[in-house]
Amino acid sequence: MAEDNKPAPAAGGSRANTKKELPEHFKAYKHVWVAVEIEHGQVHSVSFELLGEGRKLADKRGVELAAVVMGDDRASLDAAAAACFEYGADCVYVAQDPALKHYRNETSTKVLTDIVNTYKPEILLLGATNLGRDLAGSVATTLQTGLTADCTELAIDDEGSLAATRPTFGGSLLCTIFTLNFRPQMATVRPRVLAMPEREEGRTGKIVEFDPKLVEDDVITKVLDFIADRDTDKANLPYADIVVAGGLGLGSVENFQLVKELAEVLGAEYGGSRPLVQKGWITSDRQIGQTGKTIRPKLYIAAGISGAIQHRVGVEGADLIVAINTDPNAPIFEFAHLGIVADAVTLLPALTDAFAARLRVNRLAS
Amino acid sequence: MHVVVCIKQVPDSAQIRVHPVTNTIMRQGVPTIINPYDLFALEEALRLKDKFGATVTVLTMGPPTAAESLRKALTFGADRAVLLTDRYFAGSDTLATSFALSMALKKVAEEFGKPEIIFTGKQTIDGDTAQVGPGIAKRLDYNQLTYIARIVETDLQAGTIKVERRAEGGLQVLESKLPVLITMLEASNEMRRGSIENALIAARAEVVTWNAAAVGIEDLTKCGLRGSPTIVKKVFAPTARTDKAEIVEVDGKADARAAALVEAIFAKAPSVEHELLEQAAHHYV
Repeated sequence: MAEDNKPAPAAGGSRANTKKELPEHFKAYKHVWVAVEIEHGQVHSVSFELLGEGRKLADKRGVELAAVVMGDDRASLDAAAAACFEYGADCVYVAQDPALKHYRNETSTKVLTDIVNTYKPEILLLGATNLGRDLAGSVATTLQTGLTADCTELAIDDEGSLAATRPTFGGSLLCTIFTLNFRPQMATVRPRVLAMPEREEGRTGKIVEFDPKLVEDDVITKVLDFIADRDTDKANLPYADIVVAGGLGLGSVENFQLVKELAEVLGAEYGGSRPLVQKGWITSDRQIGQTGKTIRPKLYIAAGISGAIQHRVGVEGADLIVAINTDPNAPIFEFAHLGIVADAVTLLPALTDAFAARLRVNRLAS
Repeated sequence: MHVVVCIKQVPDSAQIRVHPVTNTIMRQGVPTIINPYDLFALEEALRLKDKFGATVTVLTMGPPTAAESLRKALTFGADRAVLLTDRYFAGSDTLATSFALSMALKKVAEEFGKPEIIFTGKQTIDGDTAQVGPGIAKRLDYNQLTYIARIVETDLQAGTIKVERRAEGGLQVLESKLPVLITMLEASNEMRRGSIENALIAARAEVVTWNAAAVGIEDLTKCGLRGSPTIVKKVFAPTARTDKAEIVEVDGKADARAAALVEAIFAKAPSVEHELLEQAAHHYV
């Protein structure tokens, strides 16, 4: 009981049909905002992806698109603001304070909430990263407004409201969620669910400075250290050009090695479906799907993966999906572009050899 | 020391079926489990029991049948189970859920002592929002520590806690003051087994059961569907793509079939072929 976004068709339907007028004090809320994620001076790509989508929503509403950047270092804030303009923002709110050097829930929640209460956006978008989800949950609770997590599609409906679509029940169904009587309407989207927008070099806009008025001594949580990941085997699935993945159809953890071998020949990242994480064949940072990583590679090869909807929503952004499965009726053939009915365990080594041979032959010919 | 673990009883997602015609979830016969992420939270709480003799209270909000999950938690070694249940909570979104749970936690603090730490899993497997933990922290004014990979040190004397938090590209080492709300990352520990002794205790244990009135909720418009700012307007199955996969149909040995598949891939993605060849050339030069 009581999970967010639970489809309650009868009850939800009746409420939806009795939409009240937006309370008077919310009518001043205008414009679409993206809370930009900056860590170690770098803007996370998901923020640009959100600006791309936010631009469309703002145009549909006939309002401005704004970004909020928070940090301590002037140079990286200026660089972030400039990038936001080039990715479509009309306005950037800049909050600079020594206490914003590292992300902390306390400081970022306070500053973002204050900026929202001062400038009143109608829509506020964040990346569904660890940082974004940590921040969004606190801000939405402070503002007492609706927040829809992990959206796969954002749109403006006929009445001008944000229609946020997300998978529900482990991805077996989709639902569209509205926040009709509260502002801002908040949503998070995972990295790579939305396409990266075109960057318009030299595009600029308006900068609004916001004084965070933070006092470090008042902040309870202190950042003592940052232990950077040294693991060279660390997956970067969301931004990989080629991804090879395996599923339960491989039969054993030993056979999963075949996926890694093909990935190596292609210079690709490898991953797997959710059951493999549960079986301990792969670590959770290599899980592909709604509850794992969303990928948008140029080429995705799925070996022995049946293609449950929760997997599908994580890979649909791939340019070319190639499926290898023994079952011609597997759901993966419904959304793959290219398929072969074969046992992945015998086909994968042959495929690795075929790619290696093909790449070698052409190199000699050229 | 008193710690509370908020758990949720969820349908075993592997067994959910959708009715093909009505697009509704077929709940009948679907077994329920403790949300797997919550087990990492429970284990971490039990370690504090081992180390400091902490009392561990498990709390859930759900239908009366959620008592099963609470009893399961008792078999692992939790000391006390509290069930928050009321038909007014039906249809709660995350904001309404964190309101109801925060009221129950205030009541827990009154009755059994204020918890130094409230634990939750990082998210549930059915809602997948990761919003209820932060919501509770905000409402109770607890410092919020999410995605915790490891508790490095708890200093009860000084009232401080040091943790490693999963962030982009590494682990943030944070120090905060108790009380805190912690959401535990998966694989952060290994769940112990329940003991037969605990199972016998759990079977007889009283599950403290409270409704909205019992936890002091007077304004029922803050609960359930009415207390939820988000509105689910439409539930639907994803549309099937009309163009199914082009099937590479070549008979023969794996070698021949693999070669045909490579050609088909490169025919559809010439840019990938081009880039791979460039990489290969670069690699071998």
